[in-house]
Amino acid sequence: MRQILRLTVNGEAAESLVAPHQSLADFLREDLGLTGTKHGCDLGDCGACTVLVDGEPRLSCITLALECEGREVTTIEGVARDGRVHPVQEAFDRCVAAQCGYCTPGLVLSCVALLRDNPSPSEAQIRAGLSGNICRCTGYTKIMDAVREAAVELAGQAPSPAEGSRRD
Amino acid sequence: MPVTAFHAPSSLADALALLAAGGRPVAGGTDLVVELAAAPDGGPPGALVSLHRLAELRSVAVEDGDLVMGAGVTVATLREHPLVREHAPVLAQAADRFAGPQVRNAATLGGNLCHASPAADLAPPLLVLDAVVVLAGGEGGEAERRVPVDAFFVGPRRTARLPGELLTAVRVPLRGGRRASFQKGGTRPSMDISVVSVAASAELRDGVLRHARIALGAVGPTPLRSPAAEAVLEGAPATAATVAAAARAVLRDARPIDDVRASAAYRLHLLGVLAQRVIRDVIDR
Repeated sequence: MRQILRLTVNGEAAESLVAPHQSLADFLREDLGLTGTKHGCDLGDCGACTVLVDGEPRLSCITLALECEGREVTTIEGVARDGRVHPVQEAFDRCVAAQCGYCTPGLVLSCVALLRDNPSPSEAQIRAGLSGNICRCTGYTKIMDAVREAAVELAGQAPSPAEGSRRD
Repeated sequence: MPVTAFHAPSSLADALALLAAGGRPVAGGTDLVVELAAAPDGGPPGALVSLHRLAELRSVAVEDGDLVMGAGVTVATLREHPLVREHAPVLAQAADRFAGPQVRNAATLGGNLCHASPAADLAPPLLVLDAVVVLAGGEGGEAERRVPVDAFFVGPRRTARLPGELLTAVRVPLRGGRRASFQKGGTRPSMDISVVSVAASAELRDGVLRHARIALGAVGPTPLRSPAAEAVLEGAPATAATVAAAARAVLRDARPIDDVRASAAYRLHLLGVLAQRVIRDVIDR
């Protein structure tokens, strides 16, 4: 039996009928057409499906859509600000921090949350912060470069609404 | 998929009524959603009862000489909460090594215990802290019963929680002077299920170990204490010889198996190494 789900996705109200066991990843991709969120392992291991729920990185493949009732979900489609891609996305582009690109949306979202909570992370803190996102092309060196560049870039800017504030 | 409905009650009484009617509790869902997707027939039919609206399950407080943590507290919160860091730093230490950031934001204290994996990373620290779980519902209605974590795990993926009961909180008795440490081993530091985990705690008075506890994960059908090692440590001098003897004794209580993550032989080797580290850390801390 399908049930009504009401939530905010990328700043806009969304409403849909979903199955009780439906994952957030399926809801975003199939019901809303937001295919930037990727199915990777579908086991909660790889991080390709990472989205922000109330500002916190979560694995949408192992999050039930109905658990997000009334919450605010940010996907890769929602991190751009004022019609410009997010500084984290710019840094990934500039540093060529994507090979096949499949892990990139999840990595960008983890990185946005990491730099919001810790604007000048150490090398170890970046690695820990991104440890739930696997890149099987193994292009980690350029990803690390991109995070460091994004941190410097963001240090000179005010936070945007897209990054939200963490709601506990 | 035979899941029939999804409920998100906003009161504990409503949640217990739904569980009494056969509903299945959902906390972070990090294990459950994978299971639902993997079961060929979707698992047993029934309703899911989400616990995320129960604010009372998310509190952390000190009450009556215990650190009381709601079952819905996330691993991310355990890792950072000042009361946990002050009164049960070994639990914060295990939370820091738990999975990765996204899973820590979802997975809960109660879920990790009720899923009852032999490799549950929060179990060894809670075993060495003499933690007690609080269960509501079941035959007792809203009356609570308390079960020591030591008696909670009864088999692989099986606990003393009865049908209809809900684990609502975990209580850790405060004990000044207790030192504790946790270590785990796997193939990478994050996102890997522990191949072996070990926690130890003790008080150290005049160079002698008292109230020693040592608990092991992923080397038996449940997380378990090591009576043999605890007997070696109890009343023993805090010396290298004691550390070595206890780390040997731990192996007598371990019953590891070969599986996809490691062989039983490797688990025993790793267990000996990690046991030495945690005991040494308790002594040096």
